[in-house]
Amino acid sequence: MHIAVVVKQVPDLVEELEVDAAGTGLDRAWVKMKLNEFDDHALEQAVLLKEAGGAQVSVVALDGEGIDQVLYAAVARGADRALKVDAGTQEPLDSRRAATALAGAIRDLGPDLVLTGVQAADDLFGQMAPFLAAELGWPHVSVVSQVEVAGAAVRVQQEYAGGRMATLEVDLPAVIGVQAAPQPPRYVPVSRLRQAMASGALETATAGAGAGTGGAAVTQLAKPEAGRGAEMLTGSPDQVAEKIEALLRERGLLRG
Amino acid sequence: MGNVLVYVENSETGVAPIAFELLGAARRLAAGLGGEVEALVAAGATAELAPALGAADVILRMEHPALSPYLPEAHVAALTEAIRSRDPQVVLVGNTSAGIDVAAGAAAATQRPLVAYCTGLAVDGEAVVAHSQVYGGKLVATTRTEGPGVFTVVAGAFPGAEGQSGGKAAEATLAAPATLGSLHTRFIAATAPSGGIDIGRADRLVSVGRGIGGPENLELAQELAAALGAELGASRPVVDSGWLPKARQVGKSGMTVKPKLYVAVGISGAPEHLEGMREAELILAVNSDANAPIFEVAHFGSTCDLFDLLPALTERLQAS
Ligand SMILES: Cc1cc2nc3c(=O)[nH]c(=O)nc-3n(C[C@H](O)[C@H](O)[C@H](O)COP(=O)(O)OP(=O)(O)OC[C@H]3O[C@@H](n4cnc5c(N)ncnc54)[C@H](O)[C@@H]3O)c2cc1C
Repeated sequence: MHIAVVVKQVPDLVEELEVDAAGTGLDRAWVKMKLNEFDDHALEQAVLLKEAGGAQVSVVALDGEGIDQVLYAAVARGADRALKVDAGTQEPLDSRRAATALAGAIRDLGPDLVLTGVQAADDLFGQMAPFLAAELGWPHVSVVSQVEVAGAAVRVQQEYAGGRMATLEVDLPAVIGVQAAPQPPRYVPVSRLRQAMASGALETATAGAGAGTGGAAVTQLAKPEAGRGAEMLTGSPDQVAEKIEALLRERGLLRG
Repeated sequence: MGNVLVYVENSETGVAPIAFELLGAARRLAAGLGGEVEALVAAGATAELAPALGAADVILRMEHPALSPYLPEAHVAALTEAIRSRDPQVVLVGNTSAGIDVAAGAAAATQRPLVAYCTGLAVDGEAVVAHSQVYGGKLVATTRTEGPGVFTVVAGAFPGAEGQSGGKAAEATLAAPATLGSLHTRFIAATAPSGGIDIGRADRLVSVGRGIGGPENLELAQELAAALGAELGASRPVVDSGWLPKARQVGKSGMTVKPKLYVAVGISGAPEHLEGMREAELILAVNSDANAPIFEVAHFGSTCDLFDLLPALTERLQAS
């Protein structure tokens, strides 16, 4: 079993996000990037499968600022190989162009299973997993919270609204959009990370030509319109607590 | 003249609520484009589903055993077939679990652009202008799509009422694509919600998010919940981390709740969380980030550190 995990970085949403001068993109000068949390779960799921039944895990990413560190961290977490795909730009590609750019390298890598995050904070033009599946001509399931190997197939748990779930069986090769691994992504000790960096084993590949989304263009990126937001309660924690108590009392929402 | 095609999500419990929201949005778009609303209902049997879809002008019925229960591969093929044969200008799909599979798959197969996470859609000349929630709801992207496109729409963004009304639509049968006979995906079993507590019935909820830091701090929220006579809810990461059971998860892939009081503690307010609680009667949010999207839907908010505010509030409520 050979599993490829496709990862990327996204802006850390806990930080302030600023829009660029053109008003259509992020001001990237100040954004703090981090591994997409759903990709993090995809990697964890791959490592769990490796531990459960033996598998080779390759982590794959488009080249870009800071990506080496992400790939080394994945190796430290248990990936056997790390592949950096050069799309001729350091700028982030939209998910559809990224899928086209990655498809060739993934086909050459020849995995049985591709795992990637179900979505990313910036995939305005659609989710990566189904696009990649379409490029490869492989079956696909997204919003998956568990993957198990079942012969030449995988059994996955797909989640729906209201807590409903279904178990589906998908023939390999397949692409799965991971929502959550059965356990939280593990912590990597710094010593392991140093070891991975010292081994320096990043492989490289060149991307296929990425077709654009075509037809749809961003005309504005902005903060949501203010005004319909919350009334803010200010003051010290004690003062705020007092205000909350008062408003709950007013509405008859205090206990008993 | 452009038509609007709505993908009607359905399950053994019938037409999904999101389908009516899409039909309502489709009616307005079709009026702007001078076209008609077509509704694709693809299932093992469609006779019982079609009558609910009177808000459409034309109901396209596609039947095949592989279409129920839901299989991503089958429904991508069904929507792809419908787009190819009807050539609509606009395709609307819910941004639900199934929608994530189906919209991108069909957009790729028909080489149409996809605009995801839409909360607003309007016609401008020949183009469709969409507003989408991105970056966890912290920013809104406006896009312009000239020509055909696929749009996934966030649940709750459009009222369902408009899509529920309507007279009798014309009906047409669409042949199921041959590929449905040779799928690489099989349905094994369905799992119902895990049982135990039903937070959907609680009239007060205190929900905790990742801001709570770790399971050792849950006690703070439990004490507040007890003082309020509330049940404990959670955002998805808290459940994925194993700090609270899945039955307590609020949101897109958890429970939809509508309590009298919803206290969100250390929850950023990602669109997937808001989907499950925005209808609560009174929403109170505690989040140290003044720009957190939770404050968009909350009625009252505080940027106090939750580790300071929760004990203070609990103490006050216990005393009162
Ligand atoms: C298909 C799909 C389905 C999903 N379904 C759901 C779902 O059902 N439910 C759900 O919740 N999510 C769901 N998600 C996940 C969702 O996208 C977000 O990742 C999630 O809601 C974020 O949870 P959070 O707000 O707890 O964490 P974060 O976004 O990390 O937010 C934590 C917040 O805590 C605040 N904070 C930190 N420390 C403190 C402090 N000391 N005092 C006060 N505030 C503090 C921070 O400012 C931050 O805003 C789904 C995602 C996908 C892709």
